[in-house]
Amino acid sequence: MSVSTSPRPAGLAPAPAPFLDVRDLRVHFPTEDGLVSAVDGVSFTLEKGRTLGIVGESGSGKSVTSLALLGLHKGTRAQVSGEIWLEGRELVALPETEMRALRGRTVSMIFQDPLSALHPFFTVGSQIAEAYRVHHKVSKKEARDRAVEMLRRVGIPQPERRVRDYPHQFSGGMRQRAMIAMSLVCDPALLIADEPTTALDVTVQAQILDLIRDLREEFGSAVVIITHDLGVVSDVADDILVMYGGRRIEYGTSREVLTQPQHPYTWGLLQSMPHLTGDVGERLNPIPGTPPSPINRPDGCSFHPRCACKGWVPQGRCTVERPELRPVAGAAGHFTACHLTDAARQEIRGGTGLTEERGTGTTRAAR
Amino acid sequence: MTAADERKHAVSTTQPLTGRTTDRPAGENLLEVRGLHKHFPLRQGIIFQRRVGAVRAVDGIDFSVGPGESLGLVGESGCGKSTTGRLITRLLEPTGGSVVFDGEDITHQPAARMARARRNLQMIFQDPYSSLNPRHTVGTIIETPMRLGGVNPPQGHKKRAQELLETVGLNPEHYNRYPDEFSGGQRQRIGVARALALRPKLIVADEPVSALDVSIQAQVVNLLQDLQREFGIAFVFIAHDLAVVRHFSERVAVMYLGKIVEVADRESLYTRPRHPYTHALLSAVPEADPDAMRRRERIRLAGDVPSPIDPPSGCRFRTRCWKARDRCAAEEPPLLRADGSAAGHLTACHFPEEPSVRARAEDIVLDPALAGPEGKS
Ligand SMILES: Nc1ncnc2c1ncn2[C@@H]1O[C@H](COP(=O)(O)OP(=O)(O)OP(=O)(O)O)[C@@H](O)[C@H]1O
Ligand SMILES: Nc1ncnc2c1ncn2[C@@H]1O[C@H](COP(=O)(O)OP(=O)(O)O)[C@@H](O)[C@H]1O
Ligand code: SF4
Ligand code: SF4
Ligand SMILES: [Mg+2]
Ligand SMILES: [Mg+2]
Repeated sequence: MSVSTSPRPAGLAPAPAPFLDVRDLRVHFPTEDGLVSAVDGVSFTLEKGRTLGIVGESGSGKSVTSLALLGLHKGTRAQVSGEIWLEGRELVALPETEMRALRGRTVSMIFQDPLSALHPFFTVGSQIAEAYRVHHKVSKKEARDRAVEMLRRVGIPQPERRVRDYPHQFSGGMRQRAMIAMSLVCDPALLIADEPTTALDVTVQAQILDLIRDLREEFGSAVVIITHDLGVVSDVADDILVMYGGRRIEYGTSREVLTQPQHPYTWGLLQSMPHLTGDVGERLNPIPGTPPSPINRPDGCSFHPRCACKGWVPQGRCTVERPELRPVAGAAGHFTACHLTDAARQEIRGGTGLTEERGTGTTRAAR
Repeated sequence: MTAADERKHAVSTTQPLTGRTTDRPAGENLLEVRGLHKHFPLRQGIIFQRRVGAVRAVDGIDFSVGPGESLGLVGESGCGKSTTGRLITRLLEPTGGSVVFDGEDITHQPAARMARARRNLQMIFQDPYSSLNPRHTVGTIIETPMRLGGVNPPQGHKKRAQELLETVGLNPEHYNRYPDEFSGGQRQRIGVARALALRPKLIVADEPVSALDVSIQAQVVNLLQDLQREFGIAFVFIAHDLAVVRHFSERVAVMYLGKIVEVADRESLYTRPRHPYTHALLSAVPEADPDAMRRRERIRLAGDVPSPIDPPSGCRFRTRCWKARDRCAAEEPPLLRADGSAAGHLTACHFPEEPSVRARAEDIVLDPALAGPEGKS
């Protein structure tokens, strides 16, 4: 495995074959308006017991990536290429019948909207029990006991009673927990959570994130958490993959990416968010413009129309040559896709932390 | 039951008003809200609908907003933030209490006499997709409030609409385009331009940036802040993102189950929260800084917000509060300045948190199994 297709963040023992190894994943949708390149060459690895956070703004290809991991593009008009290796098995080419046997058991998913995953006509308990019986030969009674146990584990009070409730009798947070219970009922080795807390209040979000963390520790599952909230990834993820326009633009351990971000887009994301302890007198520093259309991505670096730093790269290279994901000097396991030299990056960031550079970064960069 | 009966019903169940939300003399406020209630009747039966109860969406709140001031309103989903916003702008009829805007009591003002207040009191909505009529051009959308309000700017409606487009950072040439040709952030700007059309004194912004991507969110927050400063517009800024609210609002009110549980200037509220709920809310916000996350205490609330149909007796937070005692069930805590709080910092709690800066160091993680069935105990 070459470094450029599947870099491994620091802190991982060099294992011969990672638990999950995604190589050059591409998902394209032919549409009337043209070819939508939703995901355009994404690679990452993930070991058991670790959590990868995939962040990016809407339309950056996060959900399409997660659906590919579950094999849910099979039988649609989507064109999927690349490789997804899970425990030595390749999933992109796997027939749907075999994929179905893995889904829910080895690979499981938590969706953003619990109502789409829970059927309104059946009790919460029967749906969890059914998810278990699909993959295990057990009696109805055993499956039901398992459902009660799962509800208890995800923190539903009085699970023996609530197991008989219908989804509409649960609050939003409880439904989300019930759905998590359903996706964990078979102890999946890989859990994919697509914006699992976006619709929730912060107090419930904190409960759910605790839950995901506990389950990972308890079962050693691997977790992919997809979100646009950098706070959420900082809370639960070991590694972070930042996506922009269907591609990886930065990849590394959470600590590296959040404290030593290297890509101008990551800088922009961090600077545009207000912080709980930030200086309220200071204006927010938004990224100008809007994300690119997935049909007509800008040439070169797809971030260049919005990038305040492109002036630091000579000869207009940003507009013509797409930057490859490359290792960051002196930071093992940290990668970024940007033409800026280390010296330029240092100078833009004033050689200090990100906070120091706030407010001055763009003015200095936009020369 | 008639509306008047409902009103009587609501008022008879309330506690006497004990709190003052500011130390400002009442006359200097642009907006004064006193004992405001909204109870949505719950009916049962298909032909003869019987009233079987009420959703107490807003259940006796007091606050005020000074000219040019921004008051933030935060709290969990369903706590009554949007209902409050719709009551102030009179999109909903209050069940009880009063709303005085710019010296005029508009609580039950008939629509025909609302013209003056409407002009000065505008609203921006959360959803930039559904809040603009897709069949109207941007120009029509912005001009409508001027035409309805009988406002004829000297430069004419079109010119004024184009000026407003420029003010909110859009191209005046967008005048003839339709909303679906714009991105979410741009649509929100159109919504802002429409709200600005009548040069309001107060804008109620209900989750104006929640549906937007992070980078676009910052663009809209900056725009609103510029307008606030440039035109001296006051804001009631509703959001569930505590960091955004802190950034935008000098004063912040925290709501829980239809009540205001704490209100203070932002510095005081975010660094020395006195209400256990505020404290828990702040400790649950994830931050993008791993070191800050590590240093922070964690308070994990168990269970969910109880139902507003049958809220707990006494203090409504008691079913999830780790400090609850007998008194909390028996007696509703009034919104008052607690010992050791700064002026204008009011808390509705019998046993408020220490006034020191984020005093607690150890985690408080509540066992969800301890929380009984929601709402009651
Ligand atoms: N028209 C209505 N009829 C009955 N109940 C209502 C109505 N509108 C709101 N409610 C209820 O009133 C309570 C407060 O609702 P409101 O929309 O004000 O909450 P909110 O604080 O804005 O929540 P969110 O953060 O989810 O927007 C909720 O329990 C809600 O279900
Ligand atoms: N079935 C589909 N057909 C065509 N385009 C699609 C389809 N699904 C997703 N897309 C497009 O692919 C891009 C990435 O989408 P998605 O992965 O859902 O983004 P996000 O990062 O917000 O989860 C978007 O531009 C989206 O509109
Ligand atoms: S490659 Fe150029 S345009 Fe792209 S992020 Fe780096 S500096 Fe900006
Ligand atoms: S009054 Fe009692 S229950 Fe309510 S917040 Fe204070 S201590 Fe908790
Ligand atoms: Mg998505
Ligand atoms: Mg609302």
